[in-house]
Parts: sequence; C-alpha cells; structure tokens
Amino acid sequence: MTPKGRHPMTENRTSGASEPGSQWYDGEAGPLVRPYAMTGGRTQPGPTGVRFDLIALVTFDLAAATLDDAAGLGPEHRTLIDLCRTETQSVAELAADADLPVGVVRVLLGDLLELGCVVISRPVPPALLPDERILREVIAGLRAL
Amino acid sequence: MVTEHSDAADASALALKILVAGGFGVGKTTLVGAVSEIRPLRTEELLSEAGQLVDDTDGVDQKVTTTVAMDFGRITIRSGLSLYLFGTPGQDRFWFLWDELSQGALGAVVLADTRRLEDCFPAVDYFEHRHIPFVVAVNCFAGARTHGAHDVSRALDLDQGTPVVLCDARDRDSGKEVLIRLVEYAGRMHTARLLDSVG
Repeated sequence: MTPKGRHPMTENRTSGASEPGSQWYDGEAGPLVRPYAMTGGRTQPGPTGVRFDLIALVTFDLAAATLDDAAGLGPEHRTLIDLCRTETQSVAELAADADLPVGVVRVLLGDLLELGCVVISRPVPPALLPDERILREVIAGLRAL
Repeated sequence: MVTEHSDAADASALALKILVAGGFGVGKTTLVGAVSEIRPLRTEELLSEAGQLVDDTDGVDQKVTTTVAMDFGRITIRSGLSLYLFGTPGQDRFWFLWDELSQGALGAVVLADTRRLEDCFPAVDYFEHRHIPFVVAVNCFAGARTHGAHDVSRALDLDQGTPVVLCDARDRDSGKEVLIRLVEYAGRMHTARLLDSVG
C-alpha cells in the first residue's frame, strides 16, 4: 500500500531529506514502528532534558539496588538495569543489547537517572578533547592489541 | 561492602568516539568488525517526522517513526578508557544523524574504494567543513587497481596534511594501523589548534 502523498525517493544526490515530498525512508530504513508505547508516549527524557550521547557511560548505582521494585518500573527499565548491573555500558551498547531504539533507551535512562538507579557520565565536550597524554595512551594501547 | 563505587568509576571513565564513514559497500562494517573486541553491534536510532499521517482512519494525528541502523564496536584501551567506533549510515538522507554522531568525536576514518572514489566525496566534505580530523583509508579490494596514496590525495583534493592510508578492511592489523594514524593526526590537529588559540 502506498499511502497518499508518498512517492519513491529520487536518486538525486543533492536533494535534501527535508525537501517537500521527498521520500525519507524506504525498505532499507527498517519497519515503521510505534516504539513510544514503551515510554508512555514520551519522546524526550524527563525534566532534566538531558540528551544522552551514544557513548555516555551508564553505571548502575548499587546504593539504589532496593529501589527497583518500588518505583513501578517497566520490563524495559529492568532490562536496562540488568544490563548495566554487571558492568558500565555505553548508551549505544545498552540499546543494542536490549534491542531497543536509542531514542527509547534515552527516555528510559532519564527515568532511571531521576530515580537515582544509575549514574550517567557526560561525554567530553569537543573543546576539551583529550590531552596528549591520553592520546598517547590510546596509540600505545592500539599498538599493543 | 562498596560505597564509593560510582564516583570513582565515573570520574575516571573516558570514552572516545571514532566515526567510520564512506560509501555503501565500501567495508565500514568489515573494518569495525576487524578491530572491535566485541562482536559488531547494531543499534537503531529513531527517525520521526512530525505531522506525517500514515493512517488517518480515526482522524487522529499519528507520528510515524522508522529506524536507521548503525554498526558499532568497542576497543578497551584500559579499564576506564575505551574507544567506540561507529559506522555511519551510508544513505545521504540520514546525514542529520551524523551531526549527533560527530559531536565530541575524536575523528573519523573515511573509507574509500578507488573504483568509485566519488562515493566518499560527501564524507570528505562533511568532515572538512566541520574541522573534524579524518584520515582517508583506501580499502584495497582484490582486483582493484592499486593507486598510490598521493594519487588518491590529489584526486580527492584533500587539504595538505590529511593522511591517506592504504588498508585491508578485513585485516585487524591493517585496521589498527588506520586508527593509529587517525589518533596521531587528531593529536597534531588538536595541538595546532591550541597553539592557534594562544598565538
């Protein structure tokens, strides 16, 4: 079924996705889903308004270990807790392992952060990108692999 | 009994991001897989277009969402210092995702195939315009005529100093070498920028 107003994407390289009427998804883009059921319709993390980077690191907060039953968490929340309980994980890894889209994981992590179940590291801002010592360490580490 | 776990872990944990870009089928996933210590993972990002109506039988506006997949891998340098590699989605219309991916990125690898060099033009433009350090890694496919790094550099009209490395995306050591060249180059760019800002 072709819903109204859609037509195949042109192969024109210069056409932007925002051009009126241009097709912005196709077979390669994956199925159309409505994943926000898992987030109660929310598309943004809670009042903190933080947008977690893909490589923001999520650590389970042991002190909050007793919280998870009381807080009315959904099964997806619990999956995320289980995944980062054993080791610190990046947002991207959590999304892949929980088999949830990153956008959904961000909202759920916002909940967990507010509940104090997890600690989430902010990635380094570009201007403060690692000093030479760290880069040298990375190079040495790569050579040693 | 652990009490100071989170602060200590958080303060020292550092994650660095490297992007792997290039045309469709040039070997991005292969390169990520060759150097990653974990099996390459796929993560999905949501794309949505507000106001797009799919199915307006009940007259209720419904937001349509689709996903785009990204491959990524991880290299642990030491406890608390990891490198994450992200294969950028190839299709042009997903470029807005690159903006997020490239935020805070240490640098990028632009994979090129000399049989269709033009496929990597958009990636080269993208990183040049944003002053994100990148190296061009020419994936030497079997059967492809080998060109020297200099030829590729000229054909792509690269800024002077942008490294061009010949590689085999399937080979771990070759992939490591590409990453090392990138980190070295990113370090030089970073230092140059620091000097600029004080001078």
